[in-house]
This record gives sequence, C-alpha cells and structure tokens, in this order.
Amino acid sequence: MQPINERALKLGDDSLILGQRLSEWCGHAPMLEVDLALANIALDLIGQATLFLGRAGDPDALAFRRDVLDFRNCLLVEQPNGDFAQTVARLFLFSNWQELMLRDLCSSDEFGDIARKSVKEVAYHARYASEWVVRLGDGTDESRGRMIAGLDWMWRFTPELFEGDAAPLRGEWDARIDAVLGDAGLDRPKDSRPILGGRKGHHSEHLGHLLTEMQFLQRAYPGATW
Amino acid sequence: MSKALTGKALTSKEWPLWEVFVRAKNGLSHKHAGSVHAADARMALEAARDTYTRRMEGISLWVVPSASIVASDPGEAAALFEPASDKVYRHPTFYVIPDNVKNI
Repeated sequence: MQPINERALKLGDDSLILGQRLSEWCGHAPMLEVDLALANIALDLIGQATLFLGRAGDPDALAFRRDVLDFRNCLLVEQPNGDFAQTVARLFLFSNWQELMLRDLCSSDEFGDIARKSVKEVAYHARYASEWVVRLGDGTDESRGRMIAGLDWMWRFTPELFEGDAAPLRGEWDARIDAVLGDAGLDRPKDSRPILGGRKGHHSEHLGHLLTEMQFLQRAYPGATW
Repeated sequence: MSKALTGKALTSKEWPLWEVFVRAKNGLSHKHAGSVHAADARMALEAARDTYTRRMEGISLWVVPSASIVASDPGEAAALFEPASDKVYRHPTFYVIPDNVKNI
C-alpha cells in the first residue's frame, strides 16, 4: 500500500475544516449579503478540499469516514466561529497565509494545477476579511472591542502556520497583517505561548464536535447518496 | 487599502441600499441586475459580486447608492410618456429596406 500523501491531507484538511466552519453561518449571518458571502467562501474552500483530498485518496471517504486523530489541518481553522468578529479574525489570519502558500505552490508539479485555480479564490477571501478587519476595528467602540478580542483569541494559533517548509512566508505575512491592522487602528496582538500540534493530529476538542456534525450522515447511513 | 473604509456607517442599524449594474461581456452596456445592502462602496461591490456574478454572469460591475437615483414620478407618467404613444412616425419603420441589406 502506498503511504498516504500527507501534504495533500494538510492542504485539503485546512480548506475542508474552514469551509465547514464557515458554512455554520449559513442562515445566521448578520445580513443576507454577509450570509451569501460566507457561504460562497465556504463553497470555494470545500471545492479546494475535494481537489486536494483527491490526491490523497477518495475525497468523500477522507472527509466523512476518517477519525479526528487522522486529520492534518492546522488548529486555527478548527477554532469555533464565536461572534462575527472572531470569524473575521480567523479568516483574515488564515487567508492571508493561504494565499501566500498557494502562490508558491503554483509552480509545483504535484499541486500546481489546483493552486493556480485556488489562489484567485483565496485572494478574494483575504481581501474580504481584511476589509472587515478595518471596518470593525475602525468602527464603533463595540465593533472595535470585538475585533480585538477575536484577534487575541486566534493569534496563538498562527505560529503553527509557519512550521517546516512554510517558515519563509512569515515575513511577507507579517507585513500584510501589520498593514491591515494599521489601517484598522489596531495593535498587533501580543505573542503568547504558541499552540501547535494540528499537523500531527493533536487537535483541540472543537474538531471532534465539528466532525460529529459533518460526518453524521455517512456514519449513520454508510454510503448514502442523494 | 483606503481609509475611506471606516465603519462609521455601521452605527446605523440598516445599511444603505445600492443598485447593481452588471456588464455581461465586452461591448454590451451595464444592465440593472438588482440591489444590495452595504455600509460602504467596497462592501457594496463585494456583495454585488457575491450576489449577482457567482454564475459567471458578468465581467464588470457598477454599484450606485440608490439614494442617488432620481426617478420619474408615476403621477406624471401621463404627461411624460403618453404623448409618444400616437407618434408612430418616430419609429423608423417607413423605410423600404433593400433586399441585400442583411443587418439593420
């Protein structure tokens, strides 16, 4: 048996889990327009997951019949939605990283075709989230307070993004994040002890709950189609 | 990113309405597609993109604050439009078109 393609799993699981998280907003977003935007972004991500996981095996089996310890997504994407600002913070930090990562991946033999398609989608996700960081950060006292809290919550999960091969992306990511925070009039969150382990399958308890909901149908009715 | 993106407009509960115009392809004019709610122009463009172009309906978007549109008064419709109804000579339908002219 061939060893499973760990790289494809990491790429696919990041997109899959964030896509599932964002889809939880469907029907609950503060405005119809925001509801549509978040669902669109979620669908982009789930489409990417299908392509990446397809390089590691049967994407449906990998998404719906794999146990939590075998997921290789980073901890950032599995964090709960919280309020809208916390959701924006997670999308902002992740999409800015994902765009840089995919841009470099465009020249890869193995994943270049998927990366070239996905990088345009993610450039929009990063733009969308960055603008919301500015609106909320430079908005009312309440929106600003919530934006700060959302960024504080998510910040500790960002060092994991730069493990291993991704380390060289750090400088450019820092510059992009700082530029947007500057426009928003926000300080960069303080670095705290980084929380790592998602890439090795050491997940927070949140991922188990997410999978319980996402995988319910295939677990209860194996092979069901409609 | 411009500083025009501040969220002061978020203090009002209802975001303003924007009219959306989509150009389907080069050479065609922008056509009214519908409207979206948004607190600022960038947000309006993105909402329009997500609402009206997600199935490849367009290659260019305009958004205009609905409040900027000046509309004719339905009460004046008779004075504005009915005089045209009995002036069929304004349609260029009285010319004899030569058989060899295909595209007119």
